[in-house]
Amino acid sequence: MRNTRMKTLLIAVAVFALALWSFAPAEAAPKKGGTLKFVVGSKIPSYDGHIESTFGMIHPIRPFYSLLIRVNPDNPASPTDFVCDVCEGGIPAPTEGHTKYTFKIRGDITFHNGQKLTSADVKATYDKIISPPKGIESNRKAFFSMVESVTAPDPKTLVFKLKYPTGAFVPALALPYNFIYSKADLDKHGYKWHQKNVNGTGAFRFVQHQPGAFVEGKRYDKYHHKGKPHLDGFRAISAPKMAIRLQAIRGDRAAIEFRGFPPKARDDLKKALGDKLTVQESDWNCNLMVTPNHKRKPFDDARVRRALTLAIDRWGGSKYLSRIAIVKTVGGVVFPKHPLAATKEELTKIAGYWPDINKSRAEAKRLLKEAGYPNGFEFTLHNRGVDQPYKVVGTWVIDQWRKIGLKVKQWVQPSGPFYATLRKKKNFDVSIDFNCQSVINPLVDVSKFISDDKAGNQYAQYQDRQLDKWFEQMNKEPDVKKQRAIMRKYEKRALDEMAHQFVTLWWYKINPHRSYVKGWKIAPSHYLNQHLDNVWIEK
Amino acid sequence: MASPSDLAVSEMDFDALPERSWVDKIKDTARKKPLGAVSACAVFVMLLLAAFANVITFYDPVQNAFDSMHVAPGAAHWFGTDQFGRDIFTRIVFGARTALFVGFSASILGSTAGLILGVGSAYFGGRFDLIFQRFMDIFISFPLIIMALSVVSIFGTGTQNVILAITIPLIPRCARVVRSSALAIREIPYVDAARALGFAHVRIIFRHMIPNVMAPYLIMLTSFLGQAILLEASLSYLGLGVQEPTPAWGLMLQGGAEEYAESAPWIPVFPGLAITAAVFAFNLFGDAVRDTLDPRLRSE
Repeated sequence: MRNTRMKTLLIAVAVFALALWSFAPAEAAPKKGGTLKFVVGSKIPSYDGHIESTFGMIHPIRPFYSLLIRVNPDNPASPTDFVCDVCEGGIPAPTEGHTKYTFKIRGDITFHNGQKLTSADVKATYDKIISPPKGIESNRKAFFSMVESVTAPDPKTLVFKLKYPTGAFVPALALPYNFIYSKADLDKHGYKWHQKNVNGTGAFRFVQHQPGAFVEGKRYDKYHHKGKPHLDGFRAISAPKMAIRLQAIRGDRAAIEFRGFPPKARDDLKKALGDKLTVQESDWNCNLMVTPNHKRKPFDDARVRRALTLAIDRWGGSKYLSRIAIVKTVGGVVFPKHPLAATKEELTKIAGYWPDINKSRAEAKRLLKEAGYPNGFEFTLHNRGVDQPYKVVGTWVIDQWRKIGLKVKQWVQPSGPFYATLRKKKNFDVSIDFNCQSVINPLVDVSKFISDDKAGNQYAQYQDRQLDKWFEQMNKEPDVKKQRAIMRKYEKRALDEMAHQFVTLWWYKINPHRSYVKGWKIAPSHYLNQHLDNVWIEK
Repeated sequence: MASPSDLAVSEMDFDALPERSWVDKIKDTARKKPLGAVSACAVFVMLLLAAFANVITFYDPVQNAFDSMHVAPGAAHWFGTDQFGRDIFTRIVFGARTALFVGFSASILGSTAGLILGVGSAYFGGRFDLIFQRFMDIFISFPLIIMALSVVSIFGTGTQNVILAITIPLIPRCARVVRSSALAIREIPYVDAARALGFAHVRIIFRHMIPNVMAPYLIMLTSFLGQAILLEASLSYLGLGVQEPTPAWGLMLQGGAEEYAESAPWIPVFPGLAITAAVFAFNLFGDAVRDTLDPRLRSE
């Protein structure tokens, strides 16, 4: 009798649960309409993705353009998951000993001005990026040093022929800066036309740009990814001050900021908005570096540079700085979660990453004494006038160096003069620098450590042919295990033995946004997944 | 009609008046100008804080102490701690050094340069005065902060450049006021007499004219002190003044106001109060000095 009752009760519970499940709302389908308002904390130097490298351009301008391939919008955290954008099918498998990639170009794409897209447009785009005419800038030319030729045998076929097989090629194609331009525009208006004009095949059409105020885009109805975009349009609002960006989200004047906020800002917003706020977090393919000027004494001495890195308590700093700044992860030269990155055990063998900071600082003092500075010395740390994370980390490293007897003043410059000092004037002792990349592609991301006559973004002013040799070897090596072994030697020499320049901490991305913003997934870079075609508003 | 003997008696009485001590004089001034006295005390306290910062405070003003981040005001940390775990009271006391050093340096340099240029312009007069004053007009037409920002953007940040940035816009303001007094003095016969005796221009300006325009000079100098402190704080707040880890009130405000105004309000509040108190004290002090030294106000 008791058993029967029990069975009846269980059946009733099961039926009730089933009924609840059947009435529960399914995963909400994207809704059409609405304008996404987001805030951008940096200015637009020009609209040309091929020459710019700032999120200030990417966030408002990327939605107007397409790429050949892109990071999978549904899995942007993966360093290996790429999907076609203007190409058809999947990423083609390489042929001819991994040196030939043949892409099929979609036939249903039109530029916003009505002109049809063919492989000739993609070829013209990559010609501009890889081998621009004299006098035309191309910021990521070095990423394609393996390319021998780009050809378009017919309107639907594009062929890349490589000089040697390398795993760095496909990720380079997915860089979000590789906007596809119209060949007709390039031929008719020249290679600088796109700096001030927009004509792409992206999910949104350019409407207007009010400098210092906003950029406006409207849905492109002939967009080639069917059913997208979901939004009617977007408005990218310029707001250089973080307080304004925060208040914009809090007051619902904007729904999202795509770069990232510090932890305290996230906590304040969450406290104020509760469920109305969603927070997405991710490791960030960006690290903050310390760059000693090798042309200035005493930083021409490897012992002094090693002392500088040995003084920094990265493990302790990560614990505390992650509460107040957008940095968190301890890592070497490679993005920490990538298979080519050093494990914790490998890291702790590198100067500056030793687990015992007292031992590390004792060694730093010994090195300074050996170099002729038993009582330390004074120098100036050059830094960028941006709080997060530059000035916070700058203040922290100054305190770290103080612990080995170094007296350091800070010299802060706004972004423009800061870059001018690094690139042209070069009149700094030690500078804060950064290595921020978009698609995780360690084989080329670590190019910042090769000689300055080969890497355009190495500001420490040294030449190290051994590093150059290993860099080339790594890039030509098809075996991942061997790549990894070379990477370890490369890292040890760059960060420890020569301590040419060194990584402090890797950034950590925190994106609090209004919960009604759906479809956008955080990527390990603030440059990625900004086409906005999969974003929708649930309001 | 008074006889010679009467006069002698009155002179005797005058001589017989007891000499007032400096304490009495201070008391008398404090009674007449209570606000001035309070502000002078505040300025004096600030000077003491700056001079004995090492003795007064218990913590290192620049050393990070991450195990004490964002501690609220209490017995251990009177004004709480900032995001780097640094004691805010200590940093405010040491910050007084920065504020006073920049404030005094800029106002003394600015006023003195203005004094010399203003008197020189009045003394030489004519076309020199006309052209020189038009230059002064150009400089005066810019608000102080805009002028200071321009100077910093040309010369860069850092304590010395901040002093320079504040000094330059103060010069024409002092020169204009001093010139008006010097124009009157130039017409007094002793200046003509000095010329007739063949004294050099420099001697006439420095020994005969400048001592007679000290009152407006001192008034301007004291009134500039508050302005200079406020400008230094403004430049630091904008990230163009002194830089971390140097303790400076504007810099402390800048580091805390945006991120911590809600969760740790003591981080921006105390530096803000320090700036307000200092500027208020110096302004009142300047007013009191003006009331004391300005002959027109004195007669009233």
